[in-house]
Amino acid sequence: MKDFDDREERVGKLKGLGCARKRVEDARFTQGKGNYVDDVKLPGMLFGDFVRSPYAHARIKSIDATAALELPGVIAVLTAEDLKPLNLHWMPTLAGDKQMVLADGKVLFQGQEVAFVVAEDRYIAADAIELVEVDYEDLPVIVDPFEALTTDVVLREDLDTSEPGAHGPRKHHNHIFLWEEGDKTATEQAIESSEVVAEEMVYYHRTHPCPLETCGCVASMDKVNGKLTLWGTFQAPHVVRTVASLLSGIAEHDIRVISPDIGGGFGNKVGVYPGYVCAIVASIVTGKPVKWIEDRMDNLMATAFARDYWMKGRISATKEGKITGLHCHVTADHGAFDACADPTKFPAGFFHICTGSYDIPVAYVGVDGVYTNKAPGGVAYRCSFRVTEAAYFIERMIEVLAIELNMDAAELRRINFIRADQFPYHSALGWEYDSGDYHTAWDKALAAVDYEGLRKEQAERVEAFKRGETRTLLGIGLTHFTEIVGAGPVKNCDILGMGMFDSCEIRIHPTGSATARLGTISQGQGHATTFGQILASEIGISSDNITIEEGDTDTAPYGLGTYGSRSTPVAGAAAAMAGRKIRAKAQMIAAYLLEVHDGDLEWDIDRFVVKGAPDRFKTMTEIAYAAYNQAIPGLEPGLEAVSYYDPPNMTYPFGAYICVMEIDVDTGEHKIRQFYALDDCGTRINPMVIEGQVHGGLTEALAIAMGQEIAYDDLGNCKTGTLMDFFLPTAVETPHYTTDHTETPSPHHPIGAKGVGESPNVGGVPAFSNAVHDAFRAFGLRQSHMPHDHWRVWKIAHDLGLHG
Amino acid sequence: MSKMHIKMTVNGQKKELLSEPRQLLIHVLREELGLTGPHIGCETSHCGACTVEMNGKSVKSCTVFAAQADGAEVTTIEGLGNPDGLHVLQEMFKEHHGLQCGFCTPGMITRAHRLLQENPNPTEEEVRFGMAGNLCRCTGYQNIVKAILAAAAEMNSAKEAAQ
Repeated sequence: MKDFDDREERVGKLKGLGCARKRVEDARFTQGKGNYVDDVKLPGMLFGDFVRSPYAHARIKSIDATAALELPGVIAVLTAEDLKPLNLHWMPTLAGDKQMVLADGKVLFQGQEVAFVVAEDRYIAADAIELVEVDYEDLPVIVDPFEALTTDVVLREDLDTSEPGAHGPRKHHNHIFLWEEGDKTATEQAIESSEVVAEEMVYYHRTHPCPLETCGCVASMDKVNGKLTLWGTFQAPHVVRTVASLLSGIAEHDIRVISPDIGGGFGNKVGVYPGYVCAIVASIVTGKPVKWIEDRMDNLMATAFARDYWMKGRISATKEGKITGLHCHVTADHGAFDACADPTKFPAGFFHICTGSYDIPVAYVGVDGVYTNKAPGGVAYRCSFRVTEAAYFIERMIEVLAIELNMDAAELRRINFIRADQFPYHSALGWEYDSGDYHTAWDKALAAVDYEGLRKEQAERVEAFKRGETRTLLGIGLTHFTEIVGAGPVKNCDILGMGMFDSCEIRIHPTGSATARLGTISQGQGHATTFGQILASEIGISSDNITIEEGDTDTAPYGLGTYGSRSTPVAGAAAAMAGRKIRAKAQMIAAYLLEVHDGDLEWDIDRFVVKGAPDRFKTMTEIAYAAYNQAIPGLEPGLEAVSYYDPPNMTYPFGAYICVMEIDVDTGEHKIRQFYALDDCGTRINPMVIEGQVHGGLTEALAIAMGQEIAYDDLGNCKTGTLMDFFLPTAVETPHYTTDHTETPSPHHPIGAKGVGESPNVGGVPAFSNAVHDAFRAFGLRQSHMPHDHWRVWKIAHDLGLHG
Repeated sequence: MSKMHIKMTVNGQKKELLSEPRQLLIHVLREELGLTGPHIGCETSHCGACTVEMNGKSVKSCTVFAAQADGAEVTTIEGLGNPDGLHVLQEMFKEHHGLQCGFCTPGMITRAHRLLQENPNPTEEEVRFGMAGNLCRCTGYQNIVKAILAAAAEMNSAKEAAQ
């Protein structure tokens, strides 16, 4: 018994896998001692700001900066003409397109960067912007992606339509690519020969990640030693270094990129923005550090948006509800430049995960990318690449099919789920799902909310409504989603040619503590806490004695960064693998110290023990000291390891969400009575952090589904450029969430973890939206586009004749 | 632009400085006084990341001129606790995972500090309404509310013990 007690205590001291360890980041943040990019202050630092276009489509006839340059404190005004000699007036996008850094002859969206003013402080820069005179000649504006494909108006005059784009032929001057997956002919045949077919246009509106901290950077070119240091809001600092080197011609070893603390990213901080390029150029030109920080309007109007997918779906089934085929055509509005941040070979991201959690025998997806006079982007806002669009599409199509079949939507899902014994499962669109147990999760979720009871209550409510006894309807929003995260295998995933591996380097110090550095960067996910836990369980050193560092390219190993829930699946795996290398060397050191063969030792929590002799052991602390203090024959001194991990597959987290919503038919207002979220993210590293991620992702989903959008008028004016118009829920609108879990480890991940940060957004959006739709199902509603703000919900009721 | 002579008491310390009449309090705190705890999230009073206390009220320092703070007592997150003794709200935010990226946290805690003086024993609903001027993109508020309620309970029991 004594041994057992001792082991429990030792496991507890590790604060390793599975423990709700408090976050190590929080001491700084709660005291206001974070270090975000706008906190960086260097001697002589200048401030840059943009003159932006008020027009969505216009030719620039002239730019006159004379008055601005006369203002005391203004150092320079850069235009495209100034950047041309450096060939920096355009820059490549991550999607194989190119984007204007500063307007080159014309502007293509409202808020586009036209000139960069550099001044001694932000007030003078703001004054100077007003003094730059730009003469525009307005051009016809195209905001509708369907119109874009038929109009004579050419948006991108720099492109030759007869030349193929980055992803194949372009069929029209405003067309970017057609990307297809699956068997089109077989899918059409399957659908045509099916007993039941449901067809619907599902629109996932344009929105924006809107992290609380906007984007920004500080560029500092040190002309004495020829080194450029760049602090910034970068979700992928190493890639930014490579891009900065390729664009500027400065050798990569002379560039240091630092992502300091980041105030939320959610996909907004993956790409390279004109502000970064202009700040670098301005620092090179002036020889002084230059800071550029967006304001909120700049952020919402000009940095990367998300979604904007028009998804035309057809789904077919037998009379009993067994799905026989799925067909999807997407018209994808990319705005003025294709600035998606997807792996290079996937111009529509992983949208072809859109068969979801269901065993669908045959499917086809075609995505047409289109240019419009809107801001560029198309980033993954709290999701893996286009996975939220895919999940929303299939979860709406299932609901529409349930209506067509006159069937319960929970039962329809159940009879079509991929069964646990079908994993690894090969989907009709080419993915290999690693593991899952959907039926168990589903049954647990339905039981937790008393699904049958809810349906009974709903039916009674409908009757009471018809009798005029209530004006409130009840919606039950169901979702079973499957994510695809952890990009990804280098064989098919890269960003600008860089394979999407990730990395971890560990140094064990002589006194038995450690420093580990990874190629990712936390933006609130708590990496300093959770990566320490992974390592603690691997190397037997308490996570309290492991410092985790990320985000400085001079010290951290190269990695592809944090987005698409890839940190745990990829960098977390690298951490585990590097830890195992440490342990392998530690085993040899322990064998030498204990004078046994290393095969005679076994690992036990924090030490190597001689098999069959439990009192003969060496702890990691003892081994670490020995690694530095004595000569061990055949072994190099020191105890360090590095791992670059190329994942063999993606991971496939899943979950079952149920939202119970009361809707006031007369005002369109809603109240979320209950939200139950069951997540299966494989092995759980820190339950507290997981729960926090789920709460946050659900709230972003709530925002998107119930009110948040980037909207334009017909002239391309952005109508949602401030937080007055762009909905971010407060504590009042946000409901209380109940979280739950099942645990189906990934078979290919070293510790079985799958990633969780984005699941709640992927599953949350359809759960909220389906609740709205479900409330009106009894009155004939099939499909109504998000966001479901009060006016739109009122309109649903009105159009259904519920206002008498 | 001519500058004004401004005197403030910030976190208990007397400060004197010259400020342009149009200069915002948040910029004075961050740029002139080096207090980078309060953050700038929107510059339109919506997000509350810049929340500080001024003369016993929560204000959004992105829409207060420094000139308006002349003669005022101002408290920022830096004035609420120190590494040797965190304020109970700071402790409870840590304990209940009431923060993730940390960008809203200084404003949240500063606002919660004032809220608990206005209403030392709030219900969950009162906390949610009382905090509605502070936006968070990471946490979904659930653990922030939990942390504030826990801090209120802690402060009340400490008060009782003292009596």
